[in-house]
Amino acid sequence: MIHGLVVLAQETAGGNDFAQMLVDGISFGAIYALLAMGFVIIFKATSVINFAHGALTGLGAFLVAAFCTVLDFPGRYLTFLPEWAQWTVNALTALIAASLIGVLLERVFLRPMVGEALFAVAIVTLGIDIVVRTITNDWIGTQPRPLGAPWGLNVFDLGWVRIAYSEVVQIIVTIALLTAVALFFRTRTGVAMRATAFDQETARAQGVNVGRVFSQAWAIGAFLAGVAGLFYSVFPRRATGVDQATAFIAFRAFPAVIIGGLDSIPGAVVGGFAVGIAESAANSYLTFEFLGNGFPGIVGYLLMMLVLVIRPYGLMGTPEIRRV
Amino acid sequence: MRGRPLLYTSYESDQALLNTTTKKVMLGLFLLILVSIPFQLIPGLRFLGQDDWLRLLVTAAIFAIGALGLNILTGLAGQVSLGHAFFMGVGAYTAVWLGGPVDGPFIGLGLPIWIWLPAAGIVAALIGVAVGPTAVRVRGLYLAIVTLGLVFIGDYVFRNWNSLTGGAQVGRDFPPLQFRIWKEEDPLIDFTTPGSWFGVEVSGTAKTFFLLLLFTVVFTILAKNLQRTRVGRAFMSIRDRDIAAEIMGVNEFAYKLLAFGISSFYAGIAGALLASFVSRVIPERWDLFLSVQFIAIILIGGAGTVTGAILGSLFVVLLPRVVQDFTLWLQSVAIDGEGLLSAIANVFVATSPDDFGLVNTFAGVGPGLSVAQLNLVLYGLLIIGFLIFEPLGLYGIWLRIRNYWKGWPFTY
Repeated sequence: MIHGLVVLAQETAGGNDFAQMLVDGISFGAIYALLAMGFVIIFKATSVINFAHGALTGLGAFLVAAFCTVLDFPGRYLTFLPEWAQWTVNALTALIAASLIGVLLERVFLRPMVGEALFAVAIVTLGIDIVVRTITNDWIGTQPRPLGAPWGLNVFDLGWVRIAYSEVVQIIVTIALLTAVALFFRTRTGVAMRATAFDQETARAQGVNVGRVFSQAWAIGAFLAGVAGLFYSVFPRRATGVDQATAFIAFRAFPAVIIGGLDSIPGAVVGGFAVGIAESAANSYLTFEFLGNGFPGIVGYLLMMLVLVIRPYGLMGTPEIRRV
Repeated sequence: MRGRPLLYTSYESDQALLNTTTKKVMLGLFLLILVSIPFQLIPGLRFLGQDDWLRLLVTAAIFAIGALGLNILTGLAGQVSLGHAFFMGVGAYTAVWLGGPVDGPFIGLGLPIWIWLPAAGIVAALIGVAVGPTAVRVRGLYLAIVTLGLVFIGDYVFRNWNSLTGGAQVGRDFPPLQFRIWKEEDPLIDFTTPGSWFGVEVSGTAKTFFLLLLFTVVFTILAKNLQRTRVGRAFMSIRDRDIAAEIMGVNEFAYKLLAFGISSFYAGIAGALLASFVSRVIPERWDLFLSVQFIAIILIGGAGTVTGAILGSLFVVLLPRVVQDFTLWLQSVAIDGEGLLSAIANVFVATSPDDFGLVNTFAGVGPGLSVAQLNLVLYGLLIIGFLIFEPLGLYGIWLRIRNYWKGWPFTY
C-alpha cells in the first residue's frame, strides 16, 4: 500500500508533498495512537469498552485550557520558573485532574457493573459520555478556548517538509508515553494489571487488588486521552483551541483500536498511525469532486471494515477461542 | 378449574399473546384511552389532546416502531447495534426518492405512500442484509463499533448526496402522509389536514395520530408474535449462548442476518414515517445521537420486551417536554414565590441571566445548563441509572409492582 502511495505521490505532486503528507499523517496518527492506547488499556484491565473516551478527551483538553489560561494554577505561585515551565506544570496539573475524574467515573458508575454483561457496561459508558460531554460543553461555551501553548504558531523547515514546533513536542511526548507504558507493564503494578487483564478472579486469588487496578487503568486512560486532546487543540490541528467538537476526535480513533485489535497495545499504536496516515493521504490525494466534504473523516472506518473482513479480530487482536 | 390464575388447559391459551383476562382488559382500556386522547374526553389527560402534545405522541409512536425493530436485534438476538439511525436514514431517503415530487429540484418519482412506505422498509432491510456478512463475522463489542462506523459512513453519504438529501444543513421536504391511488392531484385520504371523519371533526394532527396508532399496533403485534415463533426462539437461543444454539441446529449466520434484516425493516419504516411527519429533515438528523436514543429507549423500557419498547419510547420522547415545563414552573416559583420552596428552586434554576443556578433557561452563555443540555444529562444519567439499578427497565419496575400485588396481603 505504501508503495502504491509513493507511485501515486510521484505521479500527482512529486516527492515533497508526499513527505509532507507523511509527516502530517504521523503527527495526526500520534494523537490517534494515544487515544487508542488509553482505550485499549482500559479495555484490557477492566473489560470495559469505553465510549466515554471522547468525553475524557474533551474534558482533558478543556481542563488544560482552564488551568493554563484562565486559572494559571499552580503556575501563578511558581513565578521563579520560566514561562514555558509554568505552562507545563499547569498542563500536567490539569491532566492529573482529568485522570482523577476518570478514576471517579469508574468508581461511581462502573464499579457497580463489575460482572454484568459487557454490552450493558459499554452502554453505561455511552451514558457517561453524554453526561460528561454535555457538562464539559457547557463549561466550554460557544467560543473555542485557546490553550496558550508556549510554542505558539512557530514552524521550521526541515529539508522537504515544514514541521511545527508543537509537532516535535508531540512526537517526543508520544514516544515518551509509549515507552513509559511499555516499561510500566514490567513493574509490579503493571504485572498486576496484566494479570487482571488475563483473568480477574485468578488475579484476585493471587492477592492482586483488582479494584485498585481498575482505578489505575482509568487514570492512565484518562491521562492519555487528555494528552491527545491537548495536542488536538493546538496549532497544526485546531489552533483556536478546545471547542464543543473536540470530543468527537475519539470517534475517529475507534477504527484505530479495531484495526489493531481491541486487546493489543502494540496494535493500538500501529492502528493509530495507520489511520492517521490514511486520513492524511486521503486529505492530500483523494480530492476528487464527487467525494464531497469530509471524506478523510470516514477513511478510518472504511479501512476498519476492510481489515475486519480479512481479520475479524483486528491485526494483532487475540482471536476468541470458541470452546465447545 | 375456573378462575385459577395461570392455569391453562390448552397449548393455544398458554401461548396466547394475551394469556390472562387482566391483560386483555388493561390493553383494551389503554387503547381506548389512546383513541380518546385527540377528543380531550378524559379529565386529567385533556392536555395530551393539544396539538403540541399530540405531535409528541405521534413522534413517540414512530419511535416505538423503530424501537421494536432494535428490540428484535438487541433484545431478542442479543446483537448490539449502534447503527439504527443509519437504517432509519436509508428508509427516509428511499421514501423521498420514490415519493418526492417529480418536478422539484431533487430526485423524486412522485409515487404514492403505499409504494414508498413498504419500499423504505424493504430497501433498509436489504442494506441491512448486505452489510450483515461483515457485521455477523465480528462478535459482541466489535459489532458495536462496526455499526458505529455505519452511522459515520452513512452520515458522510447523506451529507454529500445533495441531489437526494438536499445537502448538509439544508435538507429537503419529504412526502406528506397522504394516501393516493396513483399520482392524482387530490389525495384520497389526507392525514395532515383537518377534516371530518365519519361525521366527527378531527384536526390534521389527530388524523396523523390515528394513522400512527394503527401502524404501531400492527407492528407491535408482529413483533410480539415473532417472539413465540421458531424464528424468535432461534434469536433468543443465539442471544443466550451462540455455541449451544448452533449445536441445536440453529444456523447462526442465517438467523443473525435475518435479525439484521427485520430490525432494519422496522428502522426503515420508522425513518420514513419520522421524516414524512417532520416534513423537512436535514441529513445530520440521522446521527449517532439518534441511535443512542434508541438504545436508551430499549434499556429504559426493558431490553427484550415489547411492552418495554413502547413504554421506553413514551418516556424518552415525552421526557424533554416534561423537563422543560417543570424547569419553567420551577423558575416561576423561584422568581415570584417566597418561602422554602422558592429558596430551594432558586438553587436549581437561575432567575436572571447572571444569577447562579444549575439550570439557566436564559439564552446566552451564562453559568448553568440550558434546558436542552439538562435533558441530555438526564438521558445519560437515566441510561446509567437503569442499567445499574433496574436492568429490566420500566418493565421490570412494573413487574415488581405486579408481583407485589399478586400475593397481597401476603409477601409471597
